[in-house]
Amino acid sequence: MKLYFQYLVILFKSQVQYRTSFWLLTLGQFFIPFSIFAGLYFLFERFGQIKDWNFYEVALCFAVIHMAFAISECFARGFDAFSSLVVAGDFDRLLVRPRSTVVQVLGSKFEFTRFGRLVQSIIVLVFAVSNLPIEWTVLKGVALFLMIASGVFIFTGIYMLAATLCFWTIQGLEVANIFTDGGREMAQYPLNIYHKWVSRFFTFVIPFGCVNYFPLLYILGKTSANSDLYVLTPLAGFIFILPCLLVWQFGVRRYRSTGS
Amino acid sequence: MKMYISVFKLRLYNGLQYRSAALAGIATQFFWGFIIIMVFEAFYSQLANTPPISLTQLITYIWLQQSFLAFIMLWFRDNELFQLITTGNIAYELCRPSEIYGFWYAKLLAQRLASAMLRSLPILIVAFFLPQPYRLSLPPDPSTLLLFSITLILGLFVLVSISMLIYISVFVTMSPVGSLLMFGVIGEFFAGMVIPIPLMPVWLQHIANLLPFHLAADFPFRVYSGHIPKEEALTGIITQFIWLAALVGLGSFAMRRALRRVVVQGG
Repeated sequence: MKLYFQYLVILFKSQVQYRTSFWLLTLGQFFIPFSIFAGLYFLFERFGQIKDWNFYEVALCFAVIHMAFAISECFARGFDAFSSLVVAGDFDRLLVRPRSTVVQVLGSKFEFTRFGRLVQSIIVLVFAVSNLPIEWTVLKGVALFLMIASGVFIFTGIYMLAATLCFWTIQGLEVANIFTDGGREMAQYPLNIYHKWVSRFFTFVIPFGCVNYFPLLYILGKTSANSDLYVLTPLAGFIFILPCLLVWQFGVRRYRSTGS
Repeated sequence: MKMYISVFKLRLYNGLQYRSAALAGIATQFFWGFIIIMVFEAFYSQLANTPPISLTQLITYIWLQQSFLAFIMLWFRDNELFQLITTGNIAYELCRPSEIYGFWYAKLLAQRLASAMLRSLPILIVAFFLPQPYRLSLPPDPSTLLLFSITLILGLFVLVSISMLIYISVFVTMSPVGSLLMFGVIGEFFAGMVIPIPLMPVWLQHIANLLPFHLAADFPFRVYSGHIPKEEALTGIITQFIWLAALVGLGSFAMRRALRRVVVQGG
């Protein structure tokens, strides 16, 4: 863990060296989801609501998912860019070091410019929460926190799976974007607006539904009796990463260096 | 002219090499298309008054957007050109016995065409055979299809001339980040990539119609679905020509200015 923080500090320092570029990229990361959010706003202005969800409720959902995405892109970027490690044969170096590969790959790259995106989603979150008539309880706060944390774990898990595939394909695979970028895009609306097969897939296979739907129902007070269990649903996201870790370990064992 | 055509051809073959990447891209775009359509389906399901564009037209719009993505994306960039400028290899380009604006224009055009050839046809074909309501509908009559092809190609030319401005701006700023960002975010929003232009509030639609960005993406697609009537499409084509002339003029002027005071970096 100490090692991880050392990686963090070093890479942060190195990125801040290119100051203008760093700030511009951060600004860009702020504005890209901003234009998506503006689009969302204009759609609601025209249509009023989407299947019983009003603008602020969807905005809350949007903020949670984008926050989780920003955090995981910042800290799990190493897995996202993993193909370059394999292609160049640099992964061999990680293997001979007496530390776990997961920590080292995580530490190989951070994208601090994603803070721009994070700030943007925090603003949206505050905006949404202040406009929603929610009676806050401790449990609801816990649920909100769990939603974000669990989202981070799911995105990280997907990055890991995509990285593991690189052991076989050597190349990076664009298909993984379906579940990261596509998942983000999909999960910014509550899951029940989609067709059954989509919502089933994203509840039971990749548990986005446990991040953005069930806890959201609880926070907004849309659940029926015996609803405290809903708070625990984001835990599915934490469980999701376990098989991903196993697959990763399996992949590392099968790894054959590309040489060079 | 022959020279430009051979540059164009080389780039085209080069682009056609990346077939597996294209396959992955197709899968991604299908997924996106479905997600976006389902969101709009949900929005449309509880509609009180008549919308400015019907759901079938909107679905057509979205599939066209997904399949011609290579024609309409502003961030579709050539890092090679950026590197030429920032590393100083531009010196070699200047030695070539051709005008650099046309040379790069042909390069960029071919790149987009190659990528579109690989991606758009498969998506279009599959989208035609999807079950209702997801099916991509045919244009109302053959003349609409003709108008669509003309507007689409002109739109592509307009877009490439806009993206030329991005490359030229790198001569001044030395870093593509800023201009890509501005053009990317603003351009894509006003091209109807985030939400279709007919669904924007009226005041925003006015702004979008004043800017050239919608000519490449939004305008041809709405001609296809018949959302823009034919007479209006014809005036639109004239607008496309005017913008094209203006953008190319501005671009080659700025390029000449930039080249006159170019400093070749490093060795």
